[in-house]
Amino acid sequence: MIAALVLKRLGLGLLTLLVVSLLIFFAVELLPGDLAQAVLGQAATEETVAAMREQLGLDRPAPARYLDWLGGVLTGDLGTSLLSGERVSTAISQRLLNTLFLASYAAIIAVPFAVILGVFVALYRNSIFDRVANVATLVSISSPEFFLGYVLILFLSVKTGAFPAIATLRGDMSLIDLLYRTFLPALTLVLVVTAHMMRMTRAAIINLLASPYIEMARLKGMPPWKVIVKHALPNAWAPIINVIALNLAYLVTGVVLVEVVFVYPGIGQLLVDAVAKRDFPVVQACCLIFAATFILLNLAADIGSILTNPRLRHPK
Amino acid sequence: MAARDEVLLTIENLRIEGLSGEDWTEIVHGVDLTLHKGEVMGLIGESGAGKSTIGLAAMGFARDGCRISGGRVTFDGIDLTAAAPAELRGLRGTRIAYVAQSAAASFNPAHKIIDQHTETPVHYGIEDRETARKDAMELYAQLRLPNPEEIGFRYPHQVSGGQLQRAMTAMAMACRPDLIIFDEPTTALDVTTQIEVLAAIRDIVDQFNTAAIYITHDLAVVAQMADTIKVLLKGTEVEEAPTEQMLSNPAEDYTKSLWAVRSFERPIKQRPTDTEPLLSIKGIDAAYGPVKVLDDVSFDIHPGMTVAVVGESGSGKSTTARCVTGLLPPTKGEIWMDGAALPARYQDRSRDQLRQAQMIYQMADTALNPKVRISEIIGRPARFYSGLKGADLTRRVDELLELIELEPDAYRDRLPGELSGGQKQRIGIARALAAEPRFIICDEVTSALDQLVAEGILRLLGRLQDELGLAYMFITHDLATVRAIADEVVVMQHGRVVEQGPKDDMFRPPHHSYTDLLLSSVPEMDPNWLTELLKARSAAGASEAATI
Amino acid sequence: MSDPVFIALCLGGLAAAVLVTWRMGQMSAMRTLIFCLILAGLLALFLGAPALRFSAIVAGLVAISAAASWVFRAALLMVAPTSMGPALRAAPLTAAFGMLVITIYAIAGIFAPLIAPFGEAEVIAGAFAPADGTMILGADQLGRDMFSRIIFGARNTVGLALLATTLAFLAGAAAGLFAAVRGGWIDQILGRVVDVIMSVPSLVFALLILSILGTNLTIIVIVIAVIYAPRVFRLTRAVAGGVVTMDYIEAARLRGEGDWYLIRREILPNASAPLVAEFGLEFCFVFLLISGLSFLGLGIQPPTADWGSMVRESATMISFGITTPLIPAGAIALLTVAVNFVVDWMLYRSSGLKV
Repeated sequence: MIAALVLKRLGLGLLTLLVVSLLIFFAVELLPGDLAQAVLGQAATEETVAAMREQLGLDRPAPARYLDWLGGVLTGDLGTSLLSGERVSTAISQRLLNTLFLASYAAIIAVPFAVILGVFVALYRNSIFDRVANVATLVSISSPEFFLGYVLILFLSVKTGAFPAIATLRGDMSLIDLLYRTFLPALTLVLVVTAHMMRMTRAAIINLLASPYIEMARLKGMPPWKVIVKHALPNAWAPIINVIALNLAYLVTGVVLVEVVFVYPGIGQLLVDAVAKRDFPVVQACCLIFAATFILLNLAADIGSILTNPRLRHPK
Repeated sequence: MAARDEVLLTIENLRIEGLSGEDWTEIVHGVDLTLHKGEVMGLIGESGAGKSTIGLAAMGFARDGCRISGGRVTFDGIDLTAAAPAELRGLRGTRIAYVAQSAAASFNPAHKIIDQHTETPVHYGIEDRETARKDAMELYAQLRLPNPEEIGFRYPHQVSGGQLQRAMTAMAMACRPDLIIFDEPTTALDVTTQIEVLAAIRDIVDQFNTAAIYITHDLAVVAQMADTIKVLLKGTEVEEAPTEQMLSNPAEDYTKSLWAVRSFERPIKQRPTDTEPLLSIKGIDAAYGPVKVLDDVSFDIHPGMTVAVVGESGSGKSTTARCVTGLLPPTKGEIWMDGAALPARYQDRSRDQLRQAQMIYQMADTALNPKVRISEIIGRPARFYSGLKGADLTRRVDELLELIELEPDAYRDRLPGELSGGQKQRIGIARALAAEPRFIICDEVTSALDQLVAEGILRLLGRLQDELGLAYMFITHDLATVRAIADEVVVMQHGRVVEQGPKDDMFRPPHHSYTDLLLSSVPEMDPNWLTELLKARSAAGASEAATI
Repeated sequence: MSDPVFIALCLGGLAAAVLVTWRMGQMSAMRTLIFCLILAGLLALFLGAPALRFSAIVAGLVAISAAASWVFRAALLMVAPTSMGPALRAAPLTAAFGMLVITIYAIAGIFAPLIAPFGEAEVIAGAFAPADGTMILGADQLGRDMFSRIIFGARNTVGLALLATTLAFLAGAAAGLFAAVRGGWIDQILGRVVDVIMSVPSLVFALLILSILGTNLTIIVIVIAVIYAPRVFRLTRAVAGGVVTMDYIEAARLRGEGDWYLIRREILPNASAPLVAEFGLEFCFVFLLISGLSFLGLGIQPPTADWGSMVRESATMISFGITTPLIPAGAIALLTVAVNFVVDWMLYRSSGLKV
């Protein structure tokens, strides 16, 4: 039963991915005129446009081009940049690693911090600590990433000189150096994600603590730590996994703005540049990567909650 | 029975406050209680009497949003209201145990039943895990659970409700406590299941000479279980007396009124021989997706008659009602009204066909739109079906309010939230009447109400039937209600009609074996009822075995 | 900052801290006072006077906004209808603060040309001219008055966000209500479509479409409505789905009422509280997304005054320690915080009243 559920969810995830890839590919077809016209502009002559069309393979029907593109994506070939003529996969690979590094850096700090803090405020709900945390997290969620980013730059970089404002990366840097140089962008992400994650963890735990079996555990004379560890936690994994996955998915979007603020050489920055220059193959590739990460994380959340559900793990 | 002179628990002038909005309001106003070793005290009262709150206070526990604001709870010389948290924890589970209303919700879904059972004795070093497990299996056997060696190794959701409730009783017994608080342990169960659980609880409490506080709203149940009964009303004590005396000779008017409910009975009407049935259900099957829930159900309802449809949960009685109203089209068979077949789906029925059959719901809370005023709730059907407007409509609304015995000027402009449960149910009746129907489906209309209020509703329905010549299809699981109001009875089990006929025939043997089981399982006020019943059943079982 | 102001802020912050903790009944006023003094001492000792000065300013600002919110709530109580009285009186100061800020923004947006001393595109000084008597916030990179542009930004940025939210809300809520009432395959199909749209991160989705269709205002509004309508749909569907299972809906259906009556008279009155709160939340999301797009240069285009673009245009100044880019960014944050405070209170009320 559980395997069937997981398989079904995986299938649904793949289907979603496929539909999204269709969406991303055919969105470009919405261009007024066509791709060649859009790249060359109104001033181009008929001949150059026709030559461009042929070069891009636009004379072939869209479904065939989609299948080519999809096949390429699956084998790691993301096409060619319209502007530089460079292979998109070459342009992306290092930047993708950089972005993953930044996101993991933020996640490694934010996840344990937020979950522990969330459990803590849930246990001491309605205390002054809880109320202060509520206001603080609301403020943090409400602030645009670039506001937090610039505030951090102003105070931690410009005024005190503690950290660099611009994240320049070189291949020969040590890990410590790398962590130091990317601290501010990571911290910005941490602030935003922690606030979300903490609020969601708090809500999940409070919901759980209201269950009759928690009351029963207390009425059985169990000490508070045992109520939490033995009775609440095994049932809390599903909601907590959900919270983490949803927020990591949120990180994916947040990273775009943060990379721009800190001039960080990641895939978000690349996407924004490509959008401004209307370099569609790059835009498509970046969008697909972001969307796929997002979908996979949501998928992980769903599968995680299926796997940790005791009712499903021990069927009748 | 052991000597009962030694006092185990005293509660003096207990006051408990509850948080409503931002303010604390008192919900238990100075209750006293004395419980001796081995004594079973029944706490009874209607909803809002504060029974559960007092029961938990006997463990020194107050739920979130409640607090003990005054008085003392003394258990075996320890003042629980002043004891340190660690000391309280040491008592809970080991010397005072708790059995909750819903075992399904109160067992942790993540652990095996037996691991939850052994948790307290192992934690407090009373037994090691192996001994505790063996003991658990013995208790399961004593509580007559099937496969006592094996059942504990299942997870809670793998075990049925009645069995889970017994497993919870076993868990409460794990450390052989001096006192167990039973908080409505059988309320969520069907009557036939309830018997087994009641018998199991009574035996084991007797055997270990455990004192108990048995909380329930059901008089007949408490009569079987308790040595003394304390009656509560809105957080204050009404009276307390030994069970026999309380049943035979209650002192207070309120208690008498509770007892009196049981005696209400309408004179039975004979089915007129010359009329056609108003509604005729002809061999219907129904299914929810692939699951078949009704199998060849047929019965007739004649004008002006009350047909009670009786059965336990899952018997298909409410599904039959959904077929009649057209919410669930039957997969086979037809429903006839006035000699013609009704379209299966309500969407296909004419406005007049819809008007003829109205419905009253179990939960008056969800049956009335909380954001709509009474005048509109009742007025809408009148406007919708009869096209009444302006002064005519107001007059009709007032007329309907008078019909259900509510003062029009006081209730016309209220919202449902400003009414009591019984008043809401009356509004539900008025809404049905506003359509000027000939036939009303009453779906468990009294089961969510306190007994006195329920009786008022039954009387009102009876009066309306006499005045307006209505026919009722009365769905209920409660045989006392059937006895009170029905003319004819249809008994359902597993989606089939197992027996039907006039009420007098139904309550007179010989019955279908299921009807017999159902009838005999309804608790009676006689304190010896359960003992007698179990004796009779085991004798019957023995004679059956002998004949084979 | 001059010393008297600094001292006043210090005292105000201290008073506010004492008052807040004391009112919450968690600590005695005396203990709070001692606690604050120790904290201040530690700050001064380890991080030096600037840290102390900074926290004093923050505390003072908190005190001033708390006082302003209190006054505002008292004023609201006088003008509000009596039915709102008890709810309003119980409103926390954060909610009052939120309402105060929203009111100020609304006034600024509506009366922008009257309030702003200069036009939104009027060049009146040199690039990045410092604040003076005529320009209280100084000038931007082209020498336009920062304060005037902030005021006009309230009209442009907030107005656009409101328009997009309203559109998303109308579409999403209508579809959600319809799906809940009808059920069946319509519900299924709408649900699937929404799943797909929501499986793409909103900012990425917006970037993709805007890169193709270009950044004109109509397209921005439509794209954002398409991105956010599914979120509204999900919530409306869930809330209305809960209402639809109620017996009073069944009673109305069996009476023969049509879908439109069910939606209008039976469902909407019972779904309005969470929907209004959702409107607030959606507004925050949309507002942040539009600001984000503008910040990336893909939203509202110059010379229209817009907060996101203003941050982008002056971003480089931050590395010289000039706080100019923080002003529009702060304006964005402040409004979202304010709306969130009010929404938080409304959600708390609607969940609290259920119990």
